[in-house]
Amino acid sequence: MTSPRLSRTILMAPGLGWLALFLLVPCLLVFFNAFYERGIYGGVDYDAFTTENFARLIDPLYVEVFLGSARIALITTVLAVLIGYPAAYAITLASPGAQTRLLILAMLPFWTNYLIRTYAWMVLLNRTGLINAGLIDAGVITEPLPLLYNEFAVILGLVYSYVPFVILAAYASLARLDRSLIEASADLGASGARTFLKVVLPLTLPGVAAGSVFVFVLSIGNFITPDLLGGGHVQMLGNLIYDQFLTARDWPFGAALSMLLIAVMMVLLFTQAVVVHRASARSGGRA
Amino acid sequence: MSAARPSMTRRVLKVHLVVVYAFLYVPIAVLVLLSFNRAGLPTVWTGFSLDWYVKLASAGPILSAAKNSIIVAVGATLISTILGTMLAFGLERGRPSGLLEASLVAPMIIPDIVMAIALLTFYTMLQATLGLFTIIIAHAVFNIAFVAAVVRARLKNFDFSLIEASADLGAGPIRTFVRVVLPQILPGVVAAGLLAFTLSFDEFIIAYFTAGPGSASTTLPMQIYAMIRFGVTPEINALATVVLAVSVFALIVAQRLEPRAVR
Repeated sequence: MTSPRLSRTILMAPGLGWLALFLLVPCLLVFFNAFYERGIYGGVDYDAFTTENFARLIDPLYVEVFLGSARIALITTVLAVLIGYPAAYAITLASPGAQTRLLILAMLPFWTNYLIRTYAWMVLLNRTGLINAGLIDAGVITEPLPLLYNEFAVILGLVYSYVPFVILAAYASLARLDRSLIEASADLGASGARTFLKVVLPLTLPGVAAGSVFVFVLSIGNFITPDLLGGGHVQMLGNLIYDQFLTARDWPFGAALSMLLIAVMMVLLFTQAVVVHRASARSGGRA
Repeated sequence: MSAARPSMTRRVLKVHLVVVYAFLYVPIAVLVLLSFNRAGLPTVWTGFSLDWYVKLASAGPILSAAKNSIIVAVGATLISTILGTMLAFGLERGRPSGLLEASLVAPMIIPDIVMAIALLTFYTMLQATLGLFTIIIAHAVFNIAFVAAVVRARLKNFDFSLIEASADLGAGPIRTFVRVVLPQILPGVVAAGLLAFTLSFDEFIIAYFTAGPGSASTTLPMQIYAMIRFGVTPEINALATVVLAVSVFALIVAQRLEPRAVR
């Protein structure tokens, strides 16, 4: 007869071991590599310790790419929230059975192939694509509009990809919301708009903020959408990392860039956690 | 006035929701529709045709990529379903610490590109030969965490005293698992496995970095990426439709088995 503690350990060891060996160790390795010089033929020169890779992060060239991709990621996040939050709110107004179906309908695209969802926009936006062909047929334009291979297409593609994520996060917060608070607010004479701004929004914002952090990080670290819809004209932090590993073969600098991406995520998640903490303190632990 | 306002707001929200669903589904619908279009150029509808699908079935690189993708997805699914389910059991039998919980969330929130370069770095250091095997190992990482999360949700309603009862009645651990535990959690485990299969089958970034050079271990998403970069073709539309159909089928079955899993 094995003790419960031992059987627990035996059950968890293979899974946790796998995660430790193939996630934790590789990530630590990347962290260490960021402190060495690149090898002559690529790879890492472990005889040459340096902090140069982190110093290079503030090179104006890279700062510009970072700020540019942060701007695109921010626009994407704001748009995704503006589209996704009201959609989630609309879902909560449906009957419970319909809510489940609507939520699954919103999440289904999110589960399908990312490349294909991005490609779908190439079909619509290209010079002979449906939108340009339609506008030319309707006589609105004579020359096809440059809809593809620019920042507009990249933001559109990112928003498209991550709206379901915001819907899910916002829905989870809204569904947890105590309905009696809304009724209490109405009973006390507050209008619908006032109830929304003073009760619903403050209580659901933390959950939405958590979702937004991931949309921002997924966007800033993206390289597929800028590559396919931006046609090389738009560079994100993700493209920079990609280039260091597969093109420039400067792995230590790529490692430093990856650490920057992780740091951005950590800082944002921490900030979000602080916001949640404050919000729950204000509302007496309700959120 | 106050009676009219909420219904107005509700109507606006409803319209918004319809527009959002149109935004989500129209691009995919157009893509699927054009895969059945006879004409080579995807702008004018010239009649229904399965020509592009027939072309797919005879395209060597696509078929070999499909075979690779199935090998990878099945391999990653088997590993992650077994290890993930065990992990879920261990977690639900005790009180996992915050650190433990966090380490299970990590594989799901780390940006794909970081996991991809980390594994490439790790494999290179070990001088491992890159190929399907290294992709399977990599895909199992995020899938283990994922399966564990889905199965745990199922175990929330599981009565662990049944295990003790079975043992008291003289059943060994294996017999208890097969006769008592498995029947109760099987729908959740199968649903988790199906979701793991789709996640792996559709995964591109990590596979791209851990597949190594050459076309021997090209997966379907890698093949699609290579084709897409040259532009829009009806053949890609057909291939994309097939890949979408595989995921949607797996997701619908998974959802039927475990309604909470797909969210």
